[in-house]
Amino acid sequence: MRSRYLTDRSSRVLVLVCASISFVILLAIAVFTLKESLPAFQQVGLLDFLFGTEWRPSDGKFGILPMIVGSILVTVGALLFAIPLGVGCAILLAEVAPHRVRQFLRPAVELLVGIPSVVYGLVGLVLIVPLVRQIGGPGFSVAAGVIVLTAMVLPTIVSISEDSIRAVPKSHKEGALALGATHWQTIWRVLLPASRSGIAASIILAMGRAIGEAMAMIMVMGNAVRIPTSPLDPARTLAGGIAVEVNYAAGLHQSALFAIAIVLFLMIIVINSIALIMLKRGSHAQDVC
Amino acid sequence: MLRTSARSTQKVALVFIWGTGAVALSILLVIIGYLFVRGLPEIGWSFLTTPPQGGLSGEGGISTVIVATLYLIAVTLAILIPLGVGAAIYLAEYAPANRFTALIRYGTEVLAGVPSIVFGLFGFVLFVTALHFRFSILSGALTLACLLLPTLIRTAEEALRAVPRSHREAALALGATKWQTVWRVILPAALPGIITGIILCIGRAVGETACLYVTMGGSAGMPDSLLSSGRTLSMHLFYLAMDTNAIEKAMATGVVLVIVIVISNAMTNWLSQRFRARMTGGA
Repeated sequence: MRSRYLTDRSSRVLVLVCASISFVILLAIAVFTLKESLPAFQQVGLLDFLFGTEWRPSDGKFGILPMIVGSILVTVGALLFAIPLGVGCAILLAEVAPHRVRQFLRPAVELLVGIPSVVYGLVGLVLIVPLVRQIGGPGFSVAAGVIVLTAMVLPTIVSISEDSIRAVPKSHKEGALALGATHWQTIWRVLLPASRSGIAASIILAMGRAIGEAMAMIMVMGNAVRIPTSPLDPARTLAGGIAVEVNYAAGLHQSALFAIAIVLFLMIIVINSIALIMLKRGSHAQDVC
Repeated sequence: MLRTSARSTQKVALVFIWGTGAVALSILLVIIGYLFVRGLPEIGWSFLTTPPQGGLSGEGGISTVIVATLYLIAVTLAILIPLGVGAAIYLAEYAPANRFTALIRYGTEVLAGVPSIVFGLFGFVLFVTALHFRFSILSGALTLACLLLPTLIRTAEEALRAVPRSHREAALALGATKWQTVWRVILPAALPGIITGIILCIGRAVGETACLYVTMGGSAGMPDSLLSSGRTLSMHLFYLAMDTNAIEKAMATGVVLVIVIVISNAMTNWLSQRFRARMTGGA
C-alpha cells in the first residue's frame, strides 16, 4: 500500500526532471557555444568580426559581414516570393478551393514540408543552377539560393497561415457577406486583417527556417565569401559558412565558427520571440471576439 | 458601377489565388518528377544491398547507409521517447501555472527554432570532444535527440490533453493515485497520438543532415557499435552530390528518402485521424 504512494511521489519528480531537460539543453547550447566562441571575440574584436569584410582563416582574418549580407539577401529574397505565394495558397486552402481540390493540395503541402533539405539542394543543384547559369554568371548564386529557399519555406507559411485564417470566427465572415460584400472583399477586408497576427507569425517562423538552413544553401550558392553585387554572384550564408568549414577548422578558426553560431543563435532567438508574441496576441484577439 | 468593379477585382484576385496553388503544386511535381525520372532507374535490389565504395568514386549502393540510418534512429528514439513523453506528462498533467512552467515552455519553444547546424556544433563540443564519444552514431543520436525533443514534447502533450477529463475523474474516483491514473489510464488512451508524434520525429530524423554532418563522421563502412562512425541517407546524398559525379546515385538516394517521408506522412495522417475519431466519438 505504501509503495504506490512512493511511486506516485517519485514519478512526479521524474517527469519534472524530464520537463526541465529541454531548458537545460538550451542553456547548455548557449553556454558551450559562448565559451568556445570567446577566443574569437577576444582576439578578433566584436566590431571587426561583425563588420570585417575579409574572411581568410589562414591569414587570421575573420570578418563575417559577407556572410551576414549573404544570409539576409537570400532570406529576404525568398520571403519576397514565398509570402505572396504562401498567403495566396493559404487563402485557397482555407476559403476558395472546393473540398476535392483541398484533398490533394493539402497532402502536397505536407509532403513539401517533409522533403529533406538535401533533396531540395540536389534538385536545385542539377536543375536551378544550370538554369541560372544560362542567364549569366557561374550559376551557383544568390538567385539559385532564393529559388530553392522559396520552395523550402513556402509550406511553413501556407500551413500556419491557413490555420489562422480558419480560426477567424464564422460570424465575422457571415457579417461581411450579409452586408453585401463580395467573397473577395470579405477575404481581403475581414478575414486577412483578423488573422494578421497568425500570418505574421508564419512569416517570421519561415524567416527563422530560412536563416538556419545550411546544407541546401551550400549546395546551390557557390560559397564564395564575397559581398555579392548581383543576384547572379555566388555568396555564403552564416549557417552554410559553419557547415562548410567545421570539419577541418581548429584553434582560432574553430572558435570563429562558434562565434558565427552565436550570431545566428541571437538572430533566431529574436526572430522566434517575436513570432511567439504574435501568435499569443493572435489567440487572445480570437478569444475576445 | 461600384458593384462591377468589386466583381472584377474579385475575378483578378481569384485568378491570383488559384495561380499560387498551381505554383505550389508544380514545385512539388517538378521536385518529385525530376527525382523519380532520374533516380528510379538506378534503384534495384543490388543498389539496396551493396555497400557504397566511399571516397570520390560514388559507386556502389546504399546498404551500409540504410543500416546506419536505422541504427541511428533506434538509438535516437531510445533516448528521445522517455525524455519527451516524460516532459509532456509533466506539462499536461502536473505543471502548475507558474513562472517555472512558463520558463520550461519558453525554453522548449526557443529550442524548436535553433538551427540544426548550431545543434551540430553543440553536439561536437559536448558529445564528440568533451565526453569522448568521437564522431559516432552515439554522438549523432544524442545531438538528434536534443533537436527533436521540442517536436515530441509538443505532439505528445497535445495527445495527452486530448484525453477526456472523465477518464481522469473516473480513475481518481476509484482510488487510483495520480501516477496510476497517468500510467494506466491516460497514457494508454493517448498512445496513438504519441505514436503519431514519434513517427513525425522519425520523418524529421531521416531528413536531418546539418547536425549529423558535424557529429557522425560520415564513414561509409558498416557500423558495428555505438561508437562507430556512419552516414545517414541524407548525408550520403549530400556527399554524393558535392564530392562525386554520381548524380544519378544521389537522385536514387533522394527517391528512397522521399518514399520514406511519404510513408511516414501517410502513417501520421491515418493514425491522427483514427485518434481524433476515438477521442471525440463517445470514448
